[in-house]
Amino acid sequence: MCLAIPGKVISIGTENALRIGRVQFGGITQPVSLDFVPEVVVGDYVMVHVGFAISQVNAEEAELTYIALEQMGLLQGELPSGEEAEETEERL
Amino acid sequence: MKYLDEYRDGRLAARLLREIERKVAHPWVLMEICGGQTHTIMRYGLDELLPSSIELVHGPGCPVCVTPASILDRAIELAQRDDVTLVSYGDLLRVPGTKIDLFSAKARGADVRMVYSPLDALRIARLNSNRKVVFLAVGFETTAPANAMAVYQAHREGLDNFFLLASHVLVPPAIRALAASPDNRVQGFIAPGHVCTVVGCSDYEDLVQEFHVPIVVGGFEPVDLLQAILGLVTQLEEGRAEFANEYTRSVSYRGNLEAQRILREVFEVADQSWRGLGEIPQSGLRLRGKFAAWDADKVFDLQVPQAEAPSACISAEILKGLQKPTDCSAFGSVCTPESPLGAPMVSSEGACSAYYQYRRHSLVTIQ
Ligand code: SF4
Repeated sequence: MCLAIPGKVISIGTENALRIGRVQFGGITQPVSLDFVPEVVVGDYVMVHVGFAISQVNAEEAELTYIALEQMGLLQGELPSGEEAEETEERL
Repeated sequence: MKYLDEYRDGRLAARLLREIERKVAHPWVLMEICGGQTHTIMRYGLDELLPSSIELVHGPGCPVCVTPASILDRAIELAQRDDVTLVSYGDLLRVPGTKIDLFSAKARGADVRMVYSPLDALRIARLNSNRKVVFLAVGFETTAPANAMAVYQAHREGLDNFFLLASHVLVPPAIRALAASPDNRVQGFIAPGHVCTVVGCSDYEDLVQEFHVPIVVGGFEPVDLLQAILGLVTQLEEGRAEFANEYTRSVSYRGNLEAQRILREVFEVADQSWRGLGEIPQSGLRLRGKFAAWDADKVFDLQVPQAEAPSACISAEILKGLQKPTDCSAFGSVCTPESPLGAPMVSSEGACSAYYQYRRHSLVTIQ
């Protein structure tokens, strides 16, 4: 739980006064707080740690970092599985 | 170069390795602070690819590994109450307290749930207004703002069934404790990239001044780490001790100001005990008085922590960089990721788990 995973912001909304974006990581989409990165807009890439974006990265860097983390087997435990992610989506 | 073949930029890595070999003339002991970095080093066998005069020791930067057993005991005690739902990050559920872990508590009927984010913990509290939802949160400066936001948000929403049971740790005081210790062997530190992404670099500059030890901020990929190692070795061979940031694509000098703001608003710095390292002054965070109604330690009447039971686990020595996981008699025999004796075997960022995953072959050849 100490890594940050890059993902792409595909939409931004407000939920319970939090700035929540849908962020795409590989095949899954997760709600992510964008409160720490007020400058981020739809289409940007962010580094996400425990559901919070902590910095912005460029697209190419995000892509390469994601591949590297995947190869290192480090994504497990950081992101829900496809099924778990669907459950979260349903509950929203 | 077999370990590096699969990496996207094996050629750059090979060039960095050659450059390090060319620079190094003396033996040096370097420590990477972050457990994610330890994982990369083991995964790619960087320690074996480096010249033998460079020794890498693995620091205390796995939040799960330094969480005191007493916090887990308190979480387990809470989880066993009828009206409490205990939520936490997956890794923490398998860390042994003094008697059992949270998974065993769950198996015995406690309502324990795993989350990936404080946002999930809040959602569980909103959906279960009849339950007291206690979020067991640990972490370094990277995670603390997210945990802080959960409490801030509960306060804002008037969510009165959400509570934080927290054990946060700060990296600079830990480096200070290691560097100041009489048995310290570490001559250069690789600072954790994502911690610095959040809090910036100025504390690390101060440490360089204080201890005259080089500190380089590093990322998590093999090339990032080799760059940081090259930076440290170059400084050490030239007799310099400076601060440098080799992870500029994520780390800015000032860090993330929004995250720092919420961190300060919700938490204040306090003394903190670390599993393995003991109490370190001003190395943790506690909720400010304004948020007392969300502070599990204040709201629930919790038992005084029990003394930690003696065990074969030498994680204290490992976290200080004095021993390696393979020096532990329990490693790979009594202690495995399936039944961990100590916290560094639980989390994939823990040094023992990283060695177990990638270095069992050396254990086999030793035996
Ligand atoms: S191998 Fe297990 S028992 Fe030994 S130090 Fe690591 S966690 Fe502790």
